[in-house]
Amino acid sequence: MTTNALPVSPHHREPHPVDVQHHTPWHEYFGFSLDHKVIGIQYLVTGFFFYLVGGALAGMIRVELVTPLSDFMARETYNQVLTLHGTIMIFLWIVPVVNGAFGNYLVPFHVGARDMAFPRLNAVAFWMLPPAGFLLLSSYFIGGAAQSGWTAYPPLSITTPAVGQVIWIVSVLLLGGSSIFGAVNFIATILKLRRSGLGLFQLPMFCWAMLGTSVLVVLATPVLAGALILLSMDIVAGTGFFNPALGGNAVVYQHLFWFYSHPAVYIMVLPAFGLVSEILPIHARKPLFGYRSMIYSILGIVFLGLIVWAHHMFTSGTPPWMRLFFTIATAIIAVPTGIKFFNWLATLWQGKLALNSALLFCCGFIFNFVFGGITGVALAQVPFDVHVHDTYFVVAHFHYIVFGGTVFVIFAAIYHWFPKISGRLLNEHLGRLHCLLSFLGFNICFFPQHWLGLNGMPRRVAEYDPQFQLVNQISSVGALLLAISTLPFLINVAWSLWKGVPAGDNPWQACTPEWLTSSPPPVENWLHEAPLVTEPYDYGSPEDAMPVTTVQGRELWSAGR
Amino acid sequence: MPIPASILTLAAGILLALISLWAGQNINLMPVAAADDAGTVDALFKVLFSIGVGLLLGITAMLVVALVHFRRRDGDHLDGPAVEGNLPLEVFWTAVPAIVILILGVYSYDIYAQMGGMADFHHHTSMPPREVEQVSLGHPADPETVIWGGIDRTDGMAFPVEVTAMQFAFIFHYPRQNFTTGELHLPLGQPVELRLKSNDVIHAFWVPEFRLKQDVIPGQPTVLSFTANRQGDYDIVCAELCGPYHGGMRSKVVVEDPRSFEEWLVHNTPATVATAPDSSPIA
Repeated sequence: MTTNALPVSPHHREPHPVDVQHHTPWHEYFGFSLDHKVIGIQYLVTGFFFYLVGGALAGMIRVELVTPLSDFMARETYNQVLTLHGTIMIFLWIVPVVNGAFGNYLVPFHVGARDMAFPRLNAVAFWMLPPAGFLLLSSYFIGGAAQSGWTAYPPLSITTPAVGQVIWIVSVLLLGGSSIFGAVNFIATILKLRRSGLGLFQLPMFCWAMLGTSVLVVLATPVLAGALILLSMDIVAGTGFFNPALGGNAVVYQHLFWFYSHPAVYIMVLPAFGLVSEILPIHARKPLFGYRSMIYSILGIVFLGLIVWAHHMFTSGTPPWMRLFFTIATAIIAVPTGIKFFNWLATLWQGKLALNSALLFCCGFIFNFVFGGITGVALAQVPFDVHVHDTYFVVAHFHYIVFGGTVFVIFAAIYHWFPKISGRLLNEHLGRLHCLLSFLGFNICFFPQHWLGLNGMPRRVAEYDPQFQLVNQISSVGALLLAISTLPFLINVAWSLWKGVPAGDNPWQACTPEWLTSSPPPVENWLHEAPLVTEPYDYGSPEDAMPVTTVQGRELWSAGR
Repeated sequence: MPIPASILTLAAGILLALISLWAGQNINLMPVAAADDAGTVDALFKVLFSIGVGLLLGITAMLVVALVHFRRRDGDHLDGPAVEGNLPLEVFWTAVPAIVILILGVYSYDIYAQMGGMADFHHHTSMPPREVEQVSLGHPADPETVIWGGIDRTDGMAFPVEVTAMQFAFIFHYPRQNFTTGELHLPLGQPVELRLKSNDVIHAFWVPEFRLKQDVIPGQPTVLSFTANRQGDYDIVCAELCGPYHGGMRSKVVVEDPRSFEEWLVHNTPATVATAPDSSPIA
């Protein structure tokens, strides 16, 4: 029998009496800062800028597709726009934000360190991002951007205008390098910089997600770099690695590309999974359900993620045994992923859910990702994939995964950690409006695209059969709603930074170490020694707890307390 | 007396199963099926659709129930119960999806093998005699004549059509009659074999109504064999980004009864093949 009705574990207390408000001077955010928190915010703001750019490009695509004719922009421009849209959203928004922004901000806190293992490498990794991004955008103005899609399949990428394609390659190489530097840093920080007494199986789930992700980055990204260097030699030096006209093999490029680019999906979603595992228990006031199985499922996803790449190539003329193997490997990855979703549902079940923007965005994520996962298992089945490969069904599927999945989590994480980063709360009314508009806009935009793909509309087209016009227009309305949904968010952030309600150190009554310091935290993260948090999800009352406000003395007495 | 939760759960489960079965059988999202194996692909899709509807509705229902039923009431500052996990439950939701997925995998493998997707192309060439001769002389097979992949169930007995993809059109050559057209005509109910090659970049040959798609890869000829079983005109769509006019790279396939197909062949066959200016041997 417990004697305490409210479970006041040591972590629930305000951690320290010192009320030092720390403010980083504004110019440090524009410089070569070594502070992991500053670098995290640099990643977040840079990433969000490119999200707006990528979103504007998506808007151009949806405007073009309002009519079946190619009448809004030139066909070459359309291909440049879709190439830039994909490349920017993946390499300059999602990967840098879920890894670079939240990884940098949170991992040192979670392991009880005062910074990352290699602060200088960390800053270098960030500062590769803006030049790469502006190089990519500038290619549009000097001879036109790349036109061969973010996949850059040869021989198309060899025959389209060379300048744009080569700039695209240089830019992606820089971004891949940045990603590798970051991953090395995360692995070293998580394995070597843990506060003494903190075991691996006591870490918050986000650290495990970042560890798994970083292993994928280190193993897979160099393969992409190699493939792109060979491709650039085919373009610039006239070699024939992937050029069939010179005896090369175009399909080998696809293998090398997808050896990175399928794991890249997990590089985008695993950190998001980690963030959800951090956010849900706090707002549900319950421990994370199945801590160990969550870790093993991350490891399972990392392993399986490396051996599913050829499911992107079921129509490419791969050997039959390969299709069989990759079907089963791909479908089976749904098992560890499913474990995570069932565990999250079990975390919510019987909780005390605060229906705030962070939790609602997470629930939107669960719905969208489960949807995308179901279509993913369907796509893994070769006979079905043969029909819908390279159609709008696939477009809808991967947007459900990376937009409905990861981007929803990015917003949940911003609502959740903004008070820590800025010291002020975001407005909940605007936040819930943002969530509602995003959820509606997203589903109106992408749900109808499944039907388009099933019925014969291929992806990456500027013109299409007139029978698809109405559904495309519905999709475009959804895209417009999505664009509008960004406005309450921007207003919210600007207004809250200026006039938001002060958050206090720990507005959510959270256990994890980043909340056991001031908001915003001092440069050293904690003025005192780093807290030792061995149970990061120590929420929840024992079953027989009594409410402290209403309980009467005789009840305690009769309960023998 | 309130109804026990277990009975409510059971009833909800039965309802969910009925809804998903009904949805799988009655909601048709696919275009009309016009080839022999399209029906089996659609049957697979129905199974996938049923399972998907059940899973999505079930999880969404749980999510909504949690959000409504377990929302934090005003003034409630208690935590939820400190449940950290449940091993039997974890085993259950690991094992059940794993079994379902393995069954699905075997099922779709079976369909794919039936379609001819598992055909062995090691000794299958578009021009068998020449390649066999080369191999016997110890020369490597010319990559242009080796079939690199595709869907093939007919062992070369089907009616052949050579398909050439280029930016931005498909060209069809009937080797037995030696003529070339821009519109594909196929006989109803008779197996055909498309031999696909590309002149420039990668294209993909897709007829949604046949549920068949095959990349057309420069330097790597592929094959697609099937039997069209429904008369009509269908669109041929290029499904792989191939350049600025990719969206306009479409063509038509006409499936007609064997008699009008024969007439069409005769009508298009050059009158005097022997004196045709092209001196290359007729396949």
